[in-house]
Amino acid sequence: MVEARKWIAVLVALAVSGPALAASEMKLEPVGNDVDNVVSLQRGARNFMNYCSGCHSARYVRFNRVARGLGLSEDQVIENLMFNAEKTFETVLAAMPAEDAARWFGQAPPDLSLLARSRGTDYIYNFLKGFYLDADSPTGVDNMVLAGTSMPHVLWELQGFQRAVFTEVGQNGSVFEHFEPFSTGSLSAEEYDSFVRDTVNFMEYIAEPVRSTRRKMGVWVLMYLTVFLIIASMLKKQIWKDVS
Amino acid sequence: MARIESEIGTPKGGFMKWIDDRFPFTETMKVHATEYYASKNFNIWYVFGVLAMVVLVIQLVTGIFLTMNYKPSSAEAFASVEYIMRDVELGWLIRYMHSTGASFFFIIVYLHMFRAMLYGSYKKPRELIWIIGMLIFFVLMAEAFAGYLLPWGQMSYWGAQVIISLFGAIPVVGEMLVEYIRGDYSISDITLNRFFALHVIALPLALIALVFVHIVALHHVGSNNPDGIEIKYHKGPDGIPLDGVAFHPYHTSKDLVYIIAFLMVFSFVMFFAPEMGGYFLEHANFDPANTMVTPEHIAPVWYFTPYYAILRAVPNKLWGAILMAAAVLLPLFLPWLDRCRVKSIRYRGWIYKSALGIFAVSFLVLGWLGVQPAEGVYVMMARIFSVLYFGFFLLMPYYSAIDKTKAVPDRVVYHG
Amino acid sequence: MTDDVDRNRRHFLTLATAVTGGAGIALAAIPFLSSLKPSARAQALGAPVEVPLASLEPGEMIRVEWRGRLVFVVRRTEEMLGRLEQAKAQDLLRDPDSKVAEQQPEFAVNGYRSANPEYLVIEGSCTHLGCAPLPQFQVGPSDDWFGGFFCPCHGSKFDLAGRVYKGVPAPTNLRVPPYRFIKDDVIMIGAETGAA
Repeated sequence: MVEARKWIAVLVALAVSGPALAASEMKLEPVGNDVDNVVSLQRGARNFMNYCSGCHSARYVRFNRVARGLGLSEDQVIENLMFNAEKTFETVLAAMPAEDAARWFGQAPPDLSLLARSRGTDYIYNFLKGFYLDADSPTGVDNMVLAGTSMPHVLWELQGFQRAVFTEVGQNGSVFEHFEPFSTGSLSAEEYDSFVRDTVNFMEYIAEPVRSTRRKMGVWVLMYLTVFLIIASMLKKQIWKDVS
Repeated sequence: MARIESEIGTPKGGFMKWIDDRFPFTETMKVHATEYYASKNFNIWYVFGVLAMVVLVIQLVTGIFLTMNYKPSSAEAFASVEYIMRDVELGWLIRYMHSTGASFFFIIVYLHMFRAMLYGSYKKPRELIWIIGMLIFFVLMAEAFAGYLLPWGQMSYWGAQVIISLFGAIPVVGEMLVEYIRGDYSISDITLNRFFALHVIALPLALIALVFVHIVALHHVGSNNPDGIEIKYHKGPDGIPLDGVAFHPYHTSKDLVYIIAFLMVFSFVMFFAPEMGGYFLEHANFDPANTMVTPEHIAPVWYFTPYYAILRAVPNKLWGAILMAAAVLLPLFLPWLDRCRVKSIRYRGWIYKSALGIFAVSFLVLGWLGVQPAEGVYVMMARIFSVLYFGFFLLMPYYSAIDKTKAVPDRVVYHG
Repeated sequence: MTDDVDRNRRHFLTLATAVTGGAGIALAAIPFLSSLKPSARAQALGAPVEVPLASLEPGEMIRVEWRGRLVFVVRRTEEMLGRLEQAKAQDLLRDPDSKVAEQQPEFAVNGYRSANPEYLVIEGSCTHLGCAPLPQFQVGPSDDWFGGFFCPCHGSKFDLAGRVYKGVPAPTNLRVPPYRFIKDDVIMIGAETGAA
């Protein structure tokens, strides 16, 4: 009987270490963004509208909501963030028509409203940093996070181009080692990381604009419930006083 | 010892008499609350029934308000959920309440069922309560399954695809049945609409009716308790069980404390971790359903994963489905599988205690395995723990009969 | 004695619990009741509508939609404006001075029920049961008709400022929506002041 318990313990221990033994995918560098940093979000909004919204919509995001959440006036949003839309209640739509995009790139660029919730911020961060030169690709690049992506390296002017260095493993396999800069862009490596971080930060915001409100409300609700719990406990004790 | 006397007498005049002449109001209050006696030694395991009712109410109310804004069409469903999250005032709160409630419903129901296994609450004369409870469990699983299709995300679509095609394993009628359930040649707008009708009307009605019957059956027999003693065997000169206290105000006041504590845990999750690491709100479901692209790992929502693990443990589509169904159905037979005379684990022998412990661990491990990819050492583990799961039930007639039990006291153990 | 103390304490705690719980239920009701208010999308769709007037000829009427409602914009001629006094003079109107406040904003409480006498902006919804009245701007054939709107559903009549006649089913003047001139020849329906 004790034997059975030991076996269970061994199996459980093996199971817990299982994921580490599994085949390794590209390790994602943590993005380290702070979604409460409003200044970063403002920069990210600028980046997003200038570099992403040409092809990608964020169809569930209203400009006036971005204004409220980022502490911007409606005029600031109209001047700096709205290129095709007229009214601030409108949503962020892509400049490129979807059918054309599907024809040119093989598939329509996905809507980005919820990407931070479906793939995660680390994924997007590493994706935007993960383009490398590939002569066989129609866009001239491939991506380490999403192999075979039809997205071109839209930020090449900022990052420059990089090459991927592989090492041979076994007979036919190769493993990614690191990136090697090929050309420089207008931003240094740190500046580019910052740029992408701000953009990803903004994407985390638009995936759930209500996040900070939700957390603040939670504090109040828990405080109320604590008070209620104390009063109800006192009532219970009083009622059960004479039960033996 | 001054017990609190019920302050509800029989009304002699006025408004309440008018009501009572036409409706058994005061009588119902007495029979089911102020003069319904339940054991004084209830512990925390006894709160999950009430909590299940609380969550049922939460789901019904939030569900109604979600339905006011949700659009049950494949073209609009996903967008309507985001509409609720962003455009409807405080809609996000209603949505998170509903998604958090769904997961908590299963946590509570599993613990509620486990209580019955700890204290023998399914044994005579409570077999029917247990059967009705199992029916509630089946309906709840159907309700959750139908509900999960509604957001029309990647996991909604593909999870439904996998589970519905399981029915195809049934020989002869399988494929026809699958097409019949879907109402179409693949999961589509038609399927979504009928699942919406089931989730919003048919299954909630069934759930409410079954819960009502469940409580009627319980009150007819009286509640069990952690010592497995029938308190009705020892009554005072006034006919009141010596070990019983009136449901109201004793158990109501105690349950209120537990309910508030539960609401604190619920609120913490809802306000600070509604996704729960991707288990309560799955990451893939923030991607709209795409019939052309299957997500990397399809798994049902966490509360179905123990059964999913059993399904995958069997390398044969039909037998996997059969065993999964058997795993869900087996607990139904516990009142007859359990041959022990003693109800509560407090007085059972080490065999049952170990068996129940192994069962609990197996259920949890199987649940965890259901989320892992079905490869490598996980396959063997799933098989081992499936065997343990089935062993608990199938060997019970044997080990519960030979188990050495302790003497059961006459009166309940209560430490105030 | 202790029983009394206990009883009082129990009553107090029961009251405290009930009050706290009641407050909680009231607070919990807020999200559900709030969700029934017009959503951000409804507010977006119900946003003010710009109507350019440059192509509207004198004596002509155009129909526009605002918040799902029909709005008439009529460019009244001098002659039409002259006729406005006649129905009032003959005591044919139920509310000639627009005393019923709900039917028009402040700026429309005047003889022509508009911000600019030349343009009538009026909701095309009969105040009886909501049918769309038909324009009948010519005088006659009867002596008491000086031009205005006629509702085909139950025969209600309104003058060229949307004022309701006596003796018809409609109780009040046609509603004037909030609007303002953002340029000499452009009005914004749905906004009285400030930006849209």
